Amino acid sequence: MPLLAEEREKGVLDVSQVPSSIVAHAPGYIDKDNEIIVGLQTEAPLKRAIMPFGGWRVVEAGLKAYGYTPDPLLSEIFTKYRKTHNDGVFDAYTPAIRRARSSHIVTGLPDAYGRGRIIGDYRRVALYGVDFLIKDKEREKAELDDRHSTEEVIRLREELSEQIRSLEQLKEMALRYGHDISAPAQNAREAVQWTYFAYLGAIKQQNGAAMSAGRLSSFLDVYFERDLRDGTLTEQQAQEIIDDLVIKWRIVRFLRAPEYNALFSGDPVWVTETLGGMSEDGRTLVTKTAFRMLQTLYNLGPAPEPNLTVLWSLRLPKGFKQFAVKTSIDTSAIQYESDDLMRPKWGDDCAIACCVSAMRVGKQMQFFGARVNLPKTLLYALNGGRDELTGEQIGPALAPITADVLDYDDVMAHLDPMLDWLAETYVNALNIIHYMHDKYCYEAIEMALHDRDVLRTLACGIAGLSHAADSLSAIRYARVRPLRDARGLMVDFEVEGEFPCYGNNDGRADEIATMLVTTMMNKIRSYPTYRNAVHTQSVLTITSNVVYGKGTGSTPDGRKLGEPFAPGANPSNGRDSHGVMATLMSVAKIPYDDAEDGISLTLSVVPSALGTEGEQVARGTDALDAYFGSGGFHINVNVLNRETLQDAMAHPENYPQLTIRVSGYAVNFIKLTKEQQLDVINRTFHGTL
Amino acid sequence: MSHHHQSLSGSRYELHLTREGADEVKTHQFYEIQPGDLEDEQEGDDMPGYVHSWEVGSTVDGPGLRFVAFLSGCLLRCQYCHNPDTWHKLNGRQVTVERSMHQIAKYAQVLKVSHGGITLSGGEPMVQKAFMMQIFRRCKQLGLHTCVDTAGRLGARLSDDDLMQIDLNLLDIKSGDPAIYEKVTRHPLQPTLDYAKRLSDLGRPTWVRFVLAPGLTDAWDNVEKVADIAAGITSLERVEILRFHQMGRDKWHKLGLEYLLENVEPPEPELTERVREQFRSRGLTVY
Repeated sequence: MPLLAEEREKGVLDVSQVPSSIVAHAPGYIDKDNEIIVGLQTEAPLKRAIMPFGGWRVVEAGLKAYGYTPDPLLSEIFTKYRKTHNDGVFDAYTPAIRRARSSHIVTGLPDAYGRGRIIGDYRRVALYGVDFLIKDKEREKAELDDRHSTEEVIRLREELSEQIRSLEQLKEMALRYGHDISAPAQNAREAVQWTYFAYLGAIKQQNGAAMSAGRLSSFLDVYFERDLRDGTLTEQQAQEIIDDLVIKWRIVRFLRAPEYNALFSGDPVWVTETLGGMSEDGRTLVTKTAFRMLQTLYNLGPAPEPNLTVLWSLRLPKGFKQFAVKTSIDTSAIQYESDDLMRPKWGDDCAIACCVSAMRVGKQMQFFGARVNLPKTLLYALNGGRDELTGEQIGPALAPITADVLDYDDVMAHLDPMLDWLAETYVNALNIIHYMHDKYCYEAIEMALHDRDVLRTLACGIAGLSHAADSLSAIRYARVRPLRDARGLMVDFEVEGEFPCYGNNDGRADEIATMLVTTMMNKIRSYPTYRNAVHTQSVLTITSNVVYGKGTGSTPDGRKLGEPFAPGANPSNGRDSHGVMATLMSVAKIPYDDAEDGISLTLSVVPSALGTEGEQVARGTDALDAYFGSGGFHINVNVLNRETLQDAMAHPENYPQLTIRVSGYAVNFIKLTKEQQLDVINRTFHGTL
Repeated sequence: MSHHHQSLSGSRYELHLTREGADEVKTHQFYEIQPGDLEDEQEGDDMPGYVHSWEVGSTVDGPGLRFVAFLSGCLLRCQYCHNPDTWHKLNGRQVTVERSMHQIAKYAQVLKVSHGGITLSGGEPMVQKAFMMQIFRRCKQLGLHTCVDTAGRLGARLSDDDLMQIDLNLLDIKSGDPAIYEKVTRHPLQPTLDYAKRLSDLGRPTWVRFVLAPGLTDAWDNVEKVADIAAGITSLERVEILRFHQMGRDKWHKLGLEYLLENVEPPEPELTERVREQFRSRGLTVY
């Protein structure tokens, strides 16, 4: 598409300064005569809307970054007359929270961008039609009439009113596109169209960091099967409908400020569609539409959106497992998660929000909390709460460690109160953020597609787990001598002797990693949450591993100031010495019970690492069976091609654990010289390595 | 991660040299077989083995996913060796059978699920024949598939009973012409031929490997002879052509050794296909 090329050049193709809502924009089309599924966020493809209710400063920054002048009338409205989520949050932030933010120990909070992590049950629009949903919401609201007007009840009543309003708007939006969605969908094309309209309503109203789609394929397949059986649809037409839906998902765009792009680079939307899994009665939820979804990666070419996620069970149909693995090898565009770990907790109708965060669709929502900087917290523990870069007192002014050699028990005793302070500050900040988001920037249409009474989770997170664990391992098993600067702060470390590293299936290091996860979770649990949300946490970084790394000093494990953290729950880059399986087993030990918002692992391989060409699918399938069978939670597999290998040369931090493997020889790709890397690239795609 | 051991190319599959360090190694000394390279005749679970490195999850050292241990010590001095840091047994890290099995046992389930097993490679694992057989015997008790990656030079050390403990042989036939074999490895071809015959007579499953190094092993006749040897193994399952690569070059430099193949390029696709065809024309399965 030429528009995409133009967009790549300019950064942003075009902007609409009409504040976005479900009904703010006239209908838009890519190709009106030929589109099977219709609906755009604004009146033109790739034209980005502004969403001021989240924060006006952020909108201004986004506009200016791409050369647009903010509309002065809007500026006046959103600074004088209408308060935003961002305004509210900063009205309530305490000095302690502000200090923690500015020192990069707690960063990337959704105080200046949409929180996302809500998956409307978009299927309900297709299944019931909007009129029925409105009636049901009115019933839910009427049930509250006799309840005493406490804060909670008042808020619920108002939210339900907003939800009903949004449903009306959704009907109006669809009518402009020529569709009456007041009644249920009658066939497959309508089912996809109605479901997509519901999702479109959400992305017109909100610009959450993650606007995930849900678990649509198994549901939509019922309609496809009926149409195929009745002869009103051919298989080719069925695939075309899915292709069209995916095209729509791939052109979702939000206007973002530059700081956001540093944290979440590449215009991610996380339109996560959850495929497969097993139902609680033992049948598989894999359907032909799951295959159709994977097929779009071939029909339309690989792309990061939608974020296709396979719920892997050892009992999945073999043909699907093989097709998924083949697709991974060909496109690297799939991630895998453990159905067997999630189903007991969330049931068989759960979907993934963003990357690894599961919830029961329509019955649960997440209060997204980004992630905190664990290695910096360790440094604060060593430095008496002073920031190792600025020297400022950010954490509590507890006694720093003055010893010449770090002692494990001593360090742990200092770390404990620092983690307490971190957890308290963090939960406080999140409570404020979500209170204000509910108040000023409520996700009415998404919540209209939920039951009235939902389970809320406070989705906390930790970054830099491997470096914190390896640092403590070094302190325990080797000799770590801190180097202090003129301010008396530990700014570097000398390590003598060996120490086990997380990621090698060595119990001594792995138990430190799991201890950190459990300890942090227990500390978070001790602070009350807004709206009684259940505390959870993820071991997931997105790209904050780079941002946090830049803002964190040298750590005792050997990582130097400014170097990126390993992503998610990955071992530190280069510290895995015993191969893929050892790494997988280490990561599989992290307790999901204490990381219910998800545990993320990224693996990069060259195709030959999966064996000879004819065997790659079988080996890949076996490897996934082995990993998930051992308690693994998630894996994001990059099977690299020439272009991505070249990218790995430029940005090694994005390609963790990339190993070039030939029989009898293995080397960490990023450790090769540039010349050798070029050599590998050239040879890899000549045939076998 | 170690700070006392010098790592060579920075690869984590790196051998730690002895504390004396690379600078003091004289080339001719390095090529010599040192007393420590030869077998210690110990038995039992306390017996030490010497290991260069190990990893789990390999798909290029036998079928399925495998636990691969690279044992240190080798008698051959192949010109194209990509792990010259494995030549001397005592340069490896000492480990007992008991500790090794403790490590391997952690992965037994995973290895079985993935239709894999354990491969002992190196170096030349048969240099530590007693250690190797102990590991294999214990692995068989765990129900694991066992595999040895060997050049066959020391095959005579293994009894027929020993051979029955090894489910798969990856037999590296360095060349088919005896003169070329000796030029490449500094050792005679015959012991490998004898070993290949034994594997065939006993029907032991075998994969033959051949390293294709342009200018060294690629001559038509040399390859023909290797193909004949392979075709003569009744229990041969497949042939793998391993294309020479230059990723090991730095190790030679850092060891202070002259690398005769300094400027050799990996084989072109046409040459590789020619060689594969030579094997295929005998009805063999070739990768």
